Amino acid sequence: MANPVLERSGPETSASPRSSRRPWWRSRAAKGALYASPAALFVLAFFVIPLLLVGQMSASEWPLLRGNQGSNFPDNYADMTDDRLFWPAVRFTLKYTVIVVIALLALAMCMALLVQERRRGVGFFRTAYFLPVALGLASASLLFWGFYSPSIGPVDPILQNLGLIDEPIRWIGTPNMALFSTIVMIVWKFAGFFMLILLVGLQSIPTDVYEAARMDGANRWQTFSRVTLPLLRPSLALCLIISVTGSLLAFDQFFILTNGGPDNSTTTVVMMIYREAFRLFNLGTAAALSIVVLLALLVINVTQFRLLRRDAGE
Amino acid sequence: MTDHSVIGRTSYYVVAGALAIMFLVPLVWTVVASVSPHGATAQQVGYGLGNYRTLVDYDAGLPRYLWNSAFVSVLTVVFTLTLSILGGYAFGRFRFPGRDALFLLIIAILMVPYVTLLVPLWVLFGEVGLRNSLVGLALVLTLYQLPFAMFMMRISFEAVPRELEESALVDGCGTFGVLRRIMLRSVWPGLITVGLFAFLYAWNDFIAPLFMINDSSRYPLPLAIATLRQQTMGAVDFGATQAGVVVMAIPCLILFLLLQRHYVRGFMSGALKG
Repeated sequence: MANPVLERSGPETSASPRSSRRPWWRSRAAKGALYASPAALFVLAFFVIPLLLVGQMSASEWPLLRGNQGSNFPDNYADMTDDRLFWPAVRFTLKYTVIVVIALLALAMCMALLVQERRRGVGFFRTAYFLPVALGLASASLLFWGFYSPSIGPVDPILQNLGLIDEPIRWIGTPNMALFSTIVMIVWKFAGFFMLILLVGLQSIPTDVYEAARMDGANRWQTFSRVTLPLLRPSLALCLIISVTGSLLAFDQFFILTNGGPDNSTTTVVMMIYREAFRLFNLGTAAALSIVVLLALLVINVTQFRLLRRDAGE
Repeated sequence: MTDHSVIGRTSYYVVAGALAIMFLVPLVWTVVASVSPHGATAQQVGYGLGNYRTLVDYDAGLPRYLWNSAFVSVLTVVFTLTLSILGGYAFGRFRFPGRDALFLLIIAILMVPYVTLLVPLWVLFGEVGLRNSLVGLALVLTLYQLPFAMFMMRISFEAVPRELEESALVDGCGTFGVLRRIMLRSVWPGLITVGLFAFLYAWNDFIAPLFMINDSSRYPLPLAIATLRQQTMGAVDFGATQAGVVVMAIPCLILFLLLQRHYVRGFMSGALKG
């Protein structure tokens, strides 16, 4: 990403013998460092220092209101699993991630193929599919909270009028339905986002590759599985990493739509952190959980990178 | 893979159209529901704006929450643009010690989950009086916009032709003059993309204010509406909630429709990055 032309022939380096006598703080490098300094200070204050602090907090007894009570390592890490919600939350978050990622990417792939070509009306379809992405996740969750409600939700009355169901469906009333309904909402909200990334990938595949496949007598399915999918690999990898990370950190949708219920069945790992900090007033344990989430995410993302790269090499 | 037969074309439009309806129905429904009569809402009889009136009078009042959200969003845009214009200029046009390390550090923000930083930031901001403050909230939101903004501005600055800069330097412009007179004119599409994403992100974010703001008169809209649904007269107010969803969604949809090109540009740069 460096700009070799600029660096080789910069006026300060090529201009005059004066440059050798000029003090460093008047050099071009110093000016560059000066322009970067606000960002550097910002990152130091709001990223590096908090990161160090959360490490210290995770090793300290740190009640919400009384502050640091001194080191207690490794109690916070050991106590973490004492919370009876911990393992169910981990299991639920993983289950949710697997289902939502598969559902999202499968639908987004179909949609990208559907709107790939220029034809009449395709602009409308693209915009329609993408529109929910423009909404905030909290707004979408509040929208579907009403949409699913027995009070003003439109789905039950329609199904009842059609005679398909006798009683209202409890959209978020049982653990399985709560998970299903949330996934429907998330797919509605984000499918257009992943469609767009895949669409950019699809359009970067040269058309003569398809021509060649047709010459070789490949049918549609063969063209898709042997030509399109392999060439789409970088875009798919990006979609996978974004959707896995986002789903593992799920919060808004469950906090608003299901409030972790029924019976805490839809409590995610990030909700556990919020709960430790602001319901149980235990910042030390919340910090320890945060560190574990950070490490888990790093491991998962590095693994994904490795797998995707190795497969690509084959 | 175009199918030119009539059956192929018809089935294409049936499938694509049905999908479009499924994506549009919830959006249309929330607008209709917010003005429809319903026993459990402020809009008892006939269509009207009763739910919006509930919203205007709710707690600190809708104008207050709109102001909070607008203030935080604009401030986040200002912070993000300032840091990423200066930083992008530095990364894209200069070579200085620590440049690559700093850029990597900024991109590394993406690897750290939001909550991991919210817990210590809550403590730190308490020390310096930024907790429960909209300025503090804007700083947190800026932090999470920084990787994308810096990446975007860096590639924008790198793309400016060398000759433009040289002629200005020959004319006696300092490096800041070059930035102000030459560069900003060339990188404005990047600026709009960065500003748009920062605004929408700040306008819609829920978890940062949930952690950072505890005074309900300083809630931004999403937090206010999420709180409202449980508090109006102790009962659940579905109508006012949907009115709130509409109020939150309108600026997002307008900005999206106006700036579609920049939206797509933002995602494209994401796709290229991978």
